[in-house]
Amino acid sequence: MNVFDITDLNLWYGKFQALQNINMSASEAEITALIGPSGCGKSTLLKTLNRMNDLVPGCRVTGSVCLSGMDIYGNLNVNDLRKRVGMVFQKPNPFPMSVYDNIAFGPRTHGVKSRYALDEAVENSLKAAAIWDEVKDRLRKSALGLSGGQQQRLCIARALAVKPEVLLLDEPTSALDPISTGKIEELLLELKNDYSIIIVTHNMQQATRISDQTAFFLLGEMIEYDSTEKIFSMPQDKRTEDYVTGRFG
Amino acid sequence: MRAVFFLAALASVLAVLLICLFLFGNGVPALLKIGIFKFLAGQEWAPSDVPPLFGILPMIAGSLYVTACALILGVPVGILTAVFLARVCPPRLYRFLKPGVDLLAGIPSVVYGFFGMAALVPHFHSSILSAGILLGVMILPTMAGIAESALRAVPEHYYEGALALGAGHYRAVFRVILPAARSGVLAAVVLGMGRAVGETMAVIMVAGNQARMPNSIFQGVRTLTANIVMEMGYAAELHRGALIATGVVLFVFILLVNLCLSALNRRIT
Amino acid sequence: MKRISPSETFMAAITWAAALLTAGALLYIIGFILWRGVPYITPSLFAPVYNSINVSLLPALVSTVMMAVLSLSFALPLGIGAAVYLAEYARRGNRAVRLIRLAAETLAGIPSIVYGLFGMLFFVVWLGWDFSLLAGSCTLAIMILPLLLRSGEEALLSVPDSYREGSFALGAGKLRTVFRIVLPAAIPGVLAGVVLAVGRIAGETAALIYTAGTVAQIPPDVFASARTLSVHMYALSREGLHTNEGYATAVVLLLVVIGINVIAARIAGKIGGAHERV
Repeated sequence: MNVFDITDLNLWYGKFQALQNINMSASEAEITALIGPSGCGKSTLLKTLNRMNDLVPGCRVTGSVCLSGMDIYGNLNVNDLRKRVGMVFQKPNPFPMSVYDNIAFGPRTHGVKSRYALDEAVENSLKAAAIWDEVKDRLRKSALGLSGGQQQRLCIARALAVKPEVLLLDEPTSALDPISTGKIEELLLELKNDYSIIIVTHNMQQATRISDQTAFFLLGEMIEYDSTEKIFSMPQDKRTEDYVTGRFG
Repeated sequence: MRAVFFLAALASVLAVLLICLFLFGNGVPALLKIGIFKFLAGQEWAPSDVPPLFGILPMIAGSLYVTACALILGVPVGILTAVFLARVCPPRLYRFLKPGVDLLAGIPSVVYGFFGMAALVPHFHSSILSAGILLGVMILPTMAGIAESALRAVPEHYYEGALALGAGHYRAVFRVILPAARSGVLAAVVLGMGRAVGETMAVIMVAGNQARMPNSIFQGVRTLTANIVMEMGYAAELHRGALIATGVVLFVFILLVNLCLSALNRRIT
Repeated sequence: MKRISPSETFMAAITWAAALLTAGALLYIIGFILWRGVPYITPSLFAPVYNSINVSLLPALVSTVMMAVLSLSFALPLGIGAAVYLAEYARRGNRAVRLIRLAAETLAGIPSIVYGLFGMLFFVVWLGWDFSLLAGSCTLAIMILPLLLRSGEEALLSVPDSYREGSFALGAGKLRTVFRIVLPAAIPGVLAGVVLAVGRIAGETAALIYTAGTVAQIPPDVFASARTLSVHMYALSREGLHTNEGYATAVVLLLVVIGINVIAARIAGKIGGAHERV
């Protein structure tokens, strides 16, 4: 079963075409990695999946992106879409409020008021993001006091708290040290049983370690999309081979 | 909701329109009745004479003299203080001096007025000089603050470039940084001028307020602002209109100053 | 040993002299007011009711607080609303935005006596509010509006975009993002503006004499006349009978202003470090 079906997707920033004729789909309960050199459009593609690109002035999209069969650029409320498709950013971006309020922000946004339900959501998401033990004694303290790695896991917990179907991650470990990175990779492998995950990464080892499918992008085009094993062991395209073997920008 | 925020933003525009409407609406008829030339160039202000005379040239002159005096005293000190704050001051001293300059800007006009009455008037009488000195001090922090940010905005490599050519610290600051920041420094002076022309309470308390053409800076003088406050309490009919028209003259002058300022600011960015 | 040229020495001398002069002026003025005023600060100066014997400043102090609260309650919603529009909604270079900025700049440059004239013509005469707390505070509200707008806008612009993205990505709408994430993060900057505005209100005289009047009482309602501390001082200087009490009042006003400046500096210091860890 596919969570995302992307057909003939083109995207322009003003006159610049950032994505050209993308056709791909992402399967449920798998980790899909998007790789490629800087400026290849992989982050842009990620942003089209929860319409964060709406915030960029002059951005125009053609083609279709379907989430479980529904066109997200059609008659869909963008806030509902973002509830179903969570996102974690490159730099951890906890809000300047307590750990508890950070996690509770999403559920509160979507109408959860009961104290009990919020407590439960906070505890469950923090546990799911494997950070509960580290923060359970300081839920009321500012989230800005956490370390970078903890902040990023907090942001993952925050995304999980709204019970999304898909989790988008935009180079979530690029600002972190190796130990924090390892923890987050471990976490993602656990989360994939319950969520479909799409991750943009610069780090090819990371893609091989955690992803099931990998798509390689170059200059706004999707060059190759296959199982991770195939992409890294016997790529079909010369350019993919150059990139994954490190002979390329 | 966007519309609500937009309406809030339009409040400023509405306020400016209302101010123009009410000031011009109440002042211009009196201005026309008196005669624009007689009003602006008339040397006699005698509202209780029969027939009354409404010439505000003495007040225009008064405002200009006092402002000029304040600028002559305040500008050099203000700019040099800005240079000191931006380029010379040791950090430990800055922690005290900068809040001090801010405080100087925050002291209310009346407090300046009280100070002037007791510290300046006994030496210089109620005169242009007293008002000029007091106003010079009052506009000093405004100018120093704006000029300081202009000096800080000059790219560091200008300074380094000057040093690399063998210039000393002060030479680099005065010959390279200060000229590079001249638009911002000029904006600071223009702003100070606007403040000086518009200042009311402190001036009333030390300038003497005689409505006559002054012959020397040791004589008392009445400014446009003082004219309004002094007589508005009991003025009626045409006299009242003439005072509002005085406000119109002041307002137009300030609008011109603002125009200069925004032109300068556009040049800076 | 490095030789220092005479011109270098001269430039150093005039720069230090100017700074010394500025610091000296500040210390002299404050010292002078304290010296003249402190001996006359007596308990009777704080009597609950003003009369020409005790020259109490308490009614004026209470009126100043009421004036500040009332002016801010009018101006703050408008200023913050306008700041939100400019920082969060408006497109750059849009014609309405340029008009709004021009209007705000114009307001910022208008002298207080012109505000006083306008307040008298509009609120006092045209709307028939007479000399009153309400007319005075409405006049001051317009006067502090550009200050609140500018500090509010700067505070909003200094909130990192990553907060907004984080909120949108959780499915929060624009309005929820503004009120729950962006504005709370901008509170220190907004507060700094509010404190400065309170300073302007406490020090204002010319805009109030012909809008709020000069009755020395604690106003029973917003339609009654009231004199703030600054106006009170001006009235004392005009009468010429209570100059010493005038200086004592000046001490109190000065302490209020210094207090306000210290608070503003504290807040500004906090803002500097607020978003660093993000």
